[in-house]
Amino acid sequence: MTEHGFEHPDVIVCPGGPLLLRGEHVVEDADGNTHATQRPVSAVCRCGKSADQPWCDGTHKVLPARDRP
Amino acid sequence: MLLPKARGELSEALYDALRSETGEVGSLHLQPTDGDDAQIALWAMYELHYAGFEDAGDEMEWHPDVLRLRRRLERDFEAELRARHTATTLDEPFAESLFSFIADHDGPSLAAYVQRKADREQVLELLRHRSIYHLKESDPIAWVVPRLPTAPKAALMELQFDEYGDGDPNRLHAHLFALGLEAAGLRPDLYAYIDDVPVEILELNNAMSLFGLHRRLRAAALGHLAAFEATSSLPSRRMAQGLARLELPPEMIAYYEEHVEADAVHEQLAVRTICGSLVAEEPQLVDDVVFGAFTCLDLEDRYAQRMLDEWAAA
Ligand code: FES
Ligand SMILES: [Fe+2]
Ligand SMILES: [Fe+2]
Repeated sequence: MTEHGFEHPDVIVCPGGPLLLRGEHVVEDADGNTHATQRPVSAVCRCGKSADQPWCDGTHKVLPARDRP
Repeated sequence: MLLPKARGELSEALYDALRSETGEVGSLHLQPTDGDDAQIALWAMYELHYAGFEDAGDEMEWHPDVLRLRRRLERDFEAELRARHTATTLDEPFAESLFSFIADHDGPSLAAYVQRKADREQVLELLRHRSIYHLKESDPIAWVVPRLPTAPKAALMELQFDEYGDGDPNRLHAHLFALGLEAAGLRPDLYAYIDDVPVEILELNNAMSLFGLHRRLRAAALGHLAAFEATSSLPSRRMAQGLARLELPPEMIAYYEEHVEADAVHEQLAVRTICGSLVAEEPQLVDDVVFGAFTCLDLEDRYAQRMLDEWAAA
């Protein structure tokens, strides 16, 4: 807890994993297609290997350490 | 829903008591015939706190003799679960180390079998077994909410809101599973298949209720949640592929596809914002988080091994 209350960031970078986004957003993927978030928190893939772009599908966990974001 | 079939002397005596018209329970001092008998009795007593049974009086939920028996069986069950677990310390940072603890746990994979080898009958059997939990998905962890301090409480609700469909009943996960069962020609009503499930499925379900219903075990409940979510995305993709290979209906596949995406978020929340904020505040709870995580993984292994052995022998 900080002086002003609890830390509650809008964006969380997960080490070796996705970027968490809180709230409603429209995300453009690498091919230029847009995707609206559907849930209170969404996970955007940072490793580039998810089969469900632009969202994380857990694939980062089976990558060798040097390929993880 | 009616009480399930008795599996031994103790569950028989318990059901007689639960059905009693007078509300007289009498003493339930019998020893369970075996593990099946103990687990189905415990499951039925827990169920009084969820949907209940048409043939058991509502008063029975808090009947002292029923609670006394529940406590006796719970003590034995918790002791057994603790005996299976070897205490492990987690290094800093907590989140990375909990993720590695879960990732380093090696066990047989039902999802890999479904993806490549299972036949249709085997998959339908699996879905019938899974229905016991998935039709009340996330309910056992809901008991934990009022037992948490502010930060983990808000974090758990952020995850639970998504499990419960983000306010839309059409997206509630248990409902998605019911739609999948129906489309696959299976019964979508609660616990239709309870008499068919092996003891490993009862243990999986009872462990979640045990952890959820005891404030003392709140950290084990959250550790269990973390391991469950962190072993879901990739296996759910394999399940979806196996179901598609066997041409099961799109509704059932959609349930698993939803879990690929949802649980990639939920695992981060469960490990970082939920367990992470709890142990930041109460560091002495780390061991119970690990115990809960281990129990989830171990019970899942036991179930997977049983099914793979049965199918290999057939
Ligand atoms: S960051 Fe998770 S799959 Fe890419
Ligand atoms: Fe779910
Ligand atoms: Fe989930």
